[in-house]
Amino acid sequence: MSEGYERGAFSRVKRSLLEHYRIIHSHPLGRIGFWVVTVFVIVAVFAPWLAPHDPWVMQYDSEGNFASLRTPSWAYPVGTTHLGYDLFSQLILATRTTLLIGAVSGFISILIGANVGLVAGYYGGKIDEVLMRLTDILYGMPFLPFIIILIALFGRKLEFVILAIILIIWRTSARVIRAQTIAIKQRQFITAAKARGCSNLRIIYRHILPNVLPLLLLYAAFNIAWSIITEASASFLGFGDGNTISWGGMLYELWLSGKTRVAWWWFAAPSLCIVTLVTSLVFVSRAYEEVANPRLRKR
Amino acid sequence: MTENVLLSVLNLSVGYSTQQGVVNAVSDVSFDVQKNEVFGIAGESGCGKSTLIRALLRLLSNNGASTAAAITYEGQDIQNLSDNAFRDTILWKRISLVPQSAMNSLNPVYRVGDQVIEAIRAHSRASRSEARERVEFLFDIVGLQPELMKNYPHEFSGGMRQRAMIAMSLALDPGLIIMDEPTTGLDVLVQERILRRVREIRAEISSSIILITHDIAVIAEMSDRIAVMYGGKIMESAAAIDLFESPYHPYTLGLKNAFPSIKAVNNELISIPGSPPALLGDEPGCLFQPRCPFSDSACVQVVPDRHYVSELHQVSCHRHADVLELRERAAQKSTWHY
Repeated sequence: MSEGYERGAFSRVKRSLLEHYRIIHSHPLGRIGFWVVTVFVIVAVFAPWLAPHDPWVMQYDSEGNFASLRTPSWAYPVGTTHLGYDLFSQLILATRTTLLIGAVSGFISILIGANVGLVAGYYGGKIDEVLMRLTDILYGMPFLPFIIILIALFGRKLEFVILAIILIIWRTSARVIRAQTIAIKQRQFITAAKARGCSNLRIIYRHILPNVLPLLLLYAAFNIAWSIITEASASFLGFGDGNTISWGGMLYELWLSGKTRVAWWWFAAPSLCIVTLVTSLVFVSRAYEEVANPRLRKR
Repeated sequence: MTENVLLSVLNLSVGYSTQQGVVNAVSDVSFDVQKNEVFGIAGESGCGKSTLIRALLRLLSNNGASTAAAITYEGQDIQNLSDNAFRDTILWKRISLVPQSAMNSLNPVYRVGDQVIEAIRAHSRASRSEARERVEFLFDIVGLQPELMKNYPHEFSGGMRQRAMIAMSLALDPGLIIMDEPTTGLDVLVQERILRRVREIRAEISSSIILITHDIAVIAEMSDRIAVMYGGKIMESAAAIDLFESPYHPYTLGLKNAFPSIKAVNNELISIPGSPPALLGDEPGCLFQPRCPFSDSACVQVVPDRHYVSELHQVSCHRHADVLELRERAAQKSTWHY
């Protein structure tokens, strides 16, 4: 009787992970995106061991010459900066920062957005009014002036970059999840759950949340992608953390060096990384989107 | 007789505040449900049947408010219980619900068995495996194979989902099960199977049932006693046989005309012209009066009192004394359509 009716938390988690793997893999672009993201994650985790050189040490080639502004070669796969730093090592270490910022702010922003959306949509009335006017206010908040003020007040720190990104990004997920919650709370099975005596919190988290989960994961992937882009632009404008290196920060260094017209490799490598990672995340989210919205499915 | 009363409702009224004013969806409804009986509530759409149930179970939407002189369950006052106490002691343990369109009442993302287990575990200290055994037992009662527990709702047919909801309502052996339109949306064969199953369950357990439907055939077949609702009020209530054999209220007479009888073949069905009242504000007089062919000046001005024809047969009509004349005239089509 109980075969196929798995018990225990571990098997449940395993079952749902397999389910997500299946969702992403049934979609060709999602599959590509999944593997590209996986490669980036591996690079980020093992960055210090993968980097061939110290990113902040001037490089000298085998003949003892100062390796400034070298084009990509075997020794320096993506070239060097005007100060002779190895760009490949910088790129690998920057992957770590970028992914960390993307994951942390993507995760926290979806956490805030989902809870605000669920609570506002489920309770309605005054609670809804307050929470949604709050998101409206954030919609009126421009990102750059906001981060400029934060950095002027507290200095160039990674935490504040993450904080600024989170505060700007959660608003969209809150709105979308609120709308979906309102649609789902009117379904008959929610009334049935109420009649059964389920508490409000139980209804929100046990009955509504699983039904908005595909949408939630879609926006989680979006939020990570947007965090990465936002971080890159903030760093490029010089609002990043000066002590850690990120892809946007590498572009900022290029800008400061004044070699934008000469060192094409310096420009190309971090840009390609940003584009590839963000595109892959969008592919993954696309796979979820088709689950959330079957009309997008072709044929 | 009173010690046999399971649920007693006295003067229950429900109002919905809307932009046009307060809609009195249910006004002054009183009824008793005896132990081990099926109490049918019949009425057309919008007459307040479902609102009545929602008020009883405290499931009204935010703009609805209910008042009652008294609501008791087994002699215990349940009207003044706090919401938490009501949820912990009454809801599902004593009074359970098979909701309207039970077909859509299962959460699509959980296995059917898990949802019944949730209902059991939310209200009792049963362990997961005890709850699962209970669900197997319940599934057996309603005629579902226990293996179906691990299926998702979309893998069920409409009738199976209905039966799963009935199983869920039986989960904690409640004294009273409220079935809101249990057969609506099912084809006649499945209807028959569900009703037969309900009858078998009644033979096995001793719960009372409140059966709510607009389907006169279903209610006539299933109920011991019937209340006919119109415009948020109970117009007439009586034992099922009495109601159909000797109806008093013109609305009941009209309903009887609009419903095919097995005895009289080729009998033309007569509809009741007009439509139900809007229930906005307090209108003087009898609510059925605008559609009633027998109304007189008293009907326009005065709300009719409850009149007891016998101990168990009550009717709210000014002209209950002229019932023989009314029955005769009501059988003719020209009385209703002229």
